[in-house]
Amino acid sequence: MDELEVKTISHKKLLNRLYKKEAPKFFETASFGFFVYLMTDLVLFASLFAVYAVLEGNTFGGPSGQQIFNLNNVLIETLALLTSSFTMGLAILSMKKGHRNKVLLYLVISFLLGAVFLTIEMNEFSHLISIGDSWRRSGFLSAFFVLVGTHGLHITVGLIWMAIMFFKVLKSGLSESNARRLTLMSMFWHFLDIVWIFIFTIVYLYGVLGL
Amino acid sequence: MSQIKSYNQHNKLEANFKTYLIGFILSLFFTLSAYFITIKHAFTKDTIIVLISLAAVIQFAIQLLFFLHLGKESRPRYRLLVFSIMLLIVLILVIGSLWIMSNLNHNMTIKQMEEYMVQQGNGGI
Repeated sequence: MDELEVKTISHKKLLNRLYKKEAPKFFETASFGFFVYLMTDLVLFASLFAVYAVLEGNTFGGPSGQQIFNLNNVLIETLALLTSSFTMGLAILSMKKGHRNKVLLYLVISFLLGAVFLTIEMNEFSHLISIGDSWRRSGFLSAFFVLVGTHGLHITVGLIWMAIMFFKVLKSGLSESNARRLTLMSMFWHFLDIVWIFIFTIVYLYGVLGL
Repeated sequence: MSQIKSYNQHNKLEANFKTYLIGFILSLFFTLSAYFITIKHAFTKDTIIVLISLAAVIQFAIQLLFFLHLGKESRPRYRLLVFSIMLLIVLILVIGSLWIMSNLNHNMTIKQMEEYMVQQGNGGI
């Protein structure tokens, strides 16, 4: 099959190849390695959670979680990320049906919700730093900034990836490679939401309870 | 015939709008209930901690099943295997760290720590 033939393959044919007959196998094999990566990333987060749990009480005269956490903002963050994860799933469903414009729309929605999440988190961080409660203040704050900051860094990477995928789909449609990339990106995004469940519970809810 | 059957089975296992919606609504429910249980202080502290931890674990399972489609893969289930190993490592890592650190805290009083630091030439706390 030469290049010209690949380019002129009809959309229907491509869809058939990608999403009907060989679909489950295609997406499974294409994403297995990435799944393994996500699991190792989860081990990274688990070690940061362990560090946080150990250092949580070491406030060294500084503030505890109870004093610095604003649970309302955290709830908005959580809902934004959860909805973003959901719309990303809808983007994948639209991709499997071959609706390019819907994929673009859901990518934009997911991106905006992710941006809302990141903005609130950055505001929280800059507020804490401006009142002198940065990672240098105490062991608790160091662990807090490293754990939540690592998650925020992942979110930033996810947003950049999403922006790139938006223009890739805009330019070359739902090609085979774009379909694969979108699938991996959606897994990454769902994974970040899963990590956030535990940050929400262990860092913020436990923190507010004063555990 | 058997091919058609396995194809249909695959289609049934494929994700659709309904599974995503169910996952989303359930996650929303558990997030909000954990939040309100915490801010309302409706129960004793220990009960609240148990409840919100349970909500987190259930939400973890929900998102794995409905969003990451774990357990919907065809056999052999390599993903489930990798996931189980990850879970084992995570449990050893987290429980082990907490155990060791609490044991160290338990075995070292502040007086002992100060003596140790003086001995090391750091001048104590």
